[in-house]
Amino acid sequence: MTDTAPRELPLQELDEVIIRFAGDSGDGMQLTGDQFTSISAALGNDLATLPEFPAEIRAPQGTLAGVSAFQVRISDFAITTPGDAPTVLVAMNPAALKAQLHNLVQGGAVIVNTDAFNERNLEKAGYESDPLEDGTLDGYRSYPVPMSQITKDAVAVHGVKPRDAERSKNFFALGLISWMYTRPTEPTMEFISTKFRGKELVIKANEAAFQAGYNFGETAELFESHYEIKPAELPQGEYTNVNGNTALAWGCAASGQLARLPVFLGSYPITPASDILHDLSELKHFGVRTFQAEDEIAAAASAVGAAFGGALAFTTTSGPGVALKGETLGLAVSLELPLVVIDIQRGGPSTGLPTKPEQADLLMAMYGRHSESPMPIVAPRSPADCFNAAIEACRIALRYRTPVMLLSDGYLATSSEPWLLPDIDSLPDIGVDFHTGFNGTNEDGDGIFLPYLRDSETLARPWAIPGTPDLMHRIGGIEKEDESGNISYDPANHQKMVNLRAAKVEGIDVPDVEVAGDPDADFCMLGWGSTWGAIDASVDRLQAAGKKVAHVHLTHLNPFPKNLGEVLSKFETVICPEMNAGQLVNLVRAKYLLDVKPVNKMNGVPFTTAEIESAALQAMDNS
Amino acid sequence: MTDTSTRTEPGDWATDQEVRWCPGCGDYSILTAMRMLMPELEVDRENTVFVSGIGCAARFPYYMNTYGMHGIHGRAPAIATGLAMARPDLDVWVIGGDGDMMSIGGNHLIHALRRNVNLNILLFNNMIYGLTKGQFSPTSEVGKVTKSSPMGSVDTPFNPMSVALGAEASFVARTHDMDRQHMMEMFRRAHDHKGASIVEVFQNCNVFNDGAWEGITKKGNRDSNLITLEHGQPIKFGADGELGVVVENGAAKVVSVADVGESAILIHDEKKPDPSTAFMLSRLSQGPFEPTPIGVFRAVERIEYASSSTAQLAMAQNDKGAGDLSSLLRSRGTWQV
Repeated sequence: MTDTAPRELPLQELDEVIIRFAGDSGDGMQLTGDQFTSISAALGNDLATLPEFPAEIRAPQGTLAGVSAFQVRISDFAITTPGDAPTVLVAMNPAALKAQLHNLVQGGAVIVNTDAFNERNLEKAGYESDPLEDGTLDGYRSYPVPMSQITKDAVAVHGVKPRDAERSKNFFALGLISWMYTRPTEPTMEFISTKFRGKELVIKANEAAFQAGYNFGETAELFESHYEIKPAELPQGEYTNVNGNTALAWGCAASGQLARLPVFLGSYPITPASDILHDLSELKHFGVRTFQAEDEIAAAASAVGAAFGGALAFTTTSGPGVALKGETLGLAVSLELPLVVIDIQRGGPSTGLPTKPEQADLLMAMYGRHSESPMPIVAPRSPADCFNAAIEACRIALRYRTPVMLLSDGYLATSSEPWLLPDIDSLPDIGVDFHTGFNGTNEDGDGIFLPYLRDSETLARPWAIPGTPDLMHRIGGIEKEDESGNISYDPANHQKMVNLRAAKVEGIDVPDVEVAGDPDADFCMLGWGSTWGAIDASVDRLQAAGKKVAHVHLTHLNPFPKNLGEVLSKFETVICPEMNAGQLVNLVRAKYLLDVKPVNKMNGVPFTTAEIESAALQAMDNS
Repeated sequence: MTDTSTRTEPGDWATDQEVRWCPGCGDYSILTAMRMLMPELEVDRENTVFVSGIGCAARFPYYMNTYGMHGIHGRAPAIATGLAMARPDLDVWVIGGDGDMMSIGGNHLIHALRRNVNLNILLFNNMIYGLTKGQFSPTSEVGKVTKSSPMGSVDTPFNPMSVALGAEASFVARTHDMDRQHMMEMFRRAHDHKGASIVEVFQNCNVFNDGAWEGITKKGNRDSNLITLEHGQPIKFGADGELGVVVENGAAKVVSVADVGESAILIHDEKKPDPSTAFMLSRLSQGPFEPTPIGVFRAVERIEYASSSTAQLAMAQNDKGAGDLSSLLRSRGTWQV
């Protein structure tokens, strides 16, 4: 604390800022970033976040491998990405600076915790000399702040031991940044007392550290100005801030209500999908039953069993888990029961990059089962859109009695954005009726139940659940006779059943694609899943630069919208940015014989707007 | 649901599907025992489900006029777990062979047992792979010569009763396909038990492993080699009850009753909370050539899995009220624009 009177600093207005908090994985950077996001959301900024953390729970302290970062972009206009490069970097130790400085825009601000820049930490980070003094920070605006020491001094009065006091330094950083961007202090004070309820000393320490950081900005003659980012002009209504995995979990629970069915989730913990299991486990009062299975196969198999019993069944996982579930999904295709499989894609193959996103499971979702086993595929385009995608996947699964694959990824899973809350009454009714009566007659004219007699419109078979009198029947993975469902090895019947299963999925009612950007352009960008934000932002930039560009985004990957081929064929050039080696490109080329050009990135980091913009400009030049 | 007092006949439980096991297969007698038992249980066909994996035994659901699912290899206990959780009102039977449930599905079996899911699991043990035409199975004896082990199997076999007891199973029993009354009694006990029940059925595969169990199940061998466990009774066998079982140095052992005296014979206690004695009994025999116990090894009460899960749902609804979607979407704070 200081008795210096607050200085009158100029208040400068910005349209946006991209801040990256970086520190050791034990430094609480995710918490700090999350809280800054919440305050900014409440102020009405538009925002997008990009958490980045190592797969290890506690990687060796002070090392590059242990750096955990959280990027948040706040703006006074509508945005769809967390921003390409941060304009402000908060580095809590040398490793964080080393790992993150190259991301920072030239001329950007670096706020460093100088107390962490001791010989030992410099060595762990691989610095041969002190970057604070050797010119490393030339070209940036650097703000050296002894965060650890000030935090210790500030919390000492509350009787906190120096060792514990050090742990509050992330709140010091949050206080300082809150001052810089004129965020109110009350919400964070409230957050601290709620989050650490029952731990009075921790509350006092964190409050003191936060206030010290805020005061430091105001009184230390280090900063030239502070900043204001006005609320964004967003559609009116009530908003919450949500990440993709939570939106998915809520979408699953909502689907249960919209279908009037109990929800069953069979799941096995796997990064980055486990949070859906965690969130749904908290929703038991919604009648959501979660089952943490012994393995990925049992997770899927239990969901198949629950679906047979009449539940709205889910299984959640990531790529390696989908591989393990493959045979069970083949069974679900054959049984024609509703089931939603949620794949939070991550870098692979094998363990790959568990905490980094990729979109490379598309072909596995499409073809990754033995024989001809078609499965519909739905993909959300943003964190909040995960809610809609869950409902859409359930709608298809229930209406067509089929397993459905929902492809999210590690980026959508952990990123958050403001979500204009939907009117609950406007959500679709996705309920279907169980079959309760005979649907055929035998040779004697008696009523019988034919479990594979299909609805003429949807080709779905009747869903008659155990407990229904008179409709006892057996289903299984062995090929079944059309209509009766009895075991059949008849060649003509097998051909017919293969065709029927394919026709059912091909015939799913999928909305037509719409062309965003300039529909009269010759140039189009085609995308699916989480690349939507970066493509959308690059379309804005290209248009602002006078380029004519169209954007086609796919939510349904199987079947494709009926008008997709026709729409794409009107463009002279179509490029397709995706975080894989060209999987959607392959599907589109194969189906429509269109020479869509791949733009691929597989380094575990989502596309930046600039990367897509430059790929587009290059493709325009070449065409 | 319909009136549970519905009376049925064994024929009501048969389907119109032709039974396609090899003529003479032990599975026929198991099927008959099941169809005969069902009317006695006074349960409804529509509330009964048979779930199976893959293998000869796994065709069983097609022959029972109930709801049924013929799943995939090894996964029946997992499929049935999901079904029993979603629908605790149903009677769920799981049928599989030794390859299906001890090999590819071993993991699901032990976890279903330790969770105590309300399933009646019947393990048809013929010590061979039948449907794939005669390879050694995880219960085949060391030295077993098959097409995939021409010089004899070098695998140490599983003892299914020991595995089940080690997996915390609350109901563990064994029977054989030559004794319909005993099978029906074991199946009835499995059905009446709340929680996971496993019944190993010694079953003859007359094509690939004919007579494998004869050493103990053939009429002339039963007196000397079949030990029928009965709760509360001294464990004795032999034509005149002249042989018995004692526990000595931490292991069960066959003795002459005359040598040790009646009072030294082990009294069978299937309700003993500690499974150690049941485990000793499961280790008494190393194969179908020496005295082997059948009957209920263990029947203890333990809270059933789905009911625990249901209780948590009820508790959550009691504490938080029925789930309200509108409040859920607002649970992490909102702001107005």
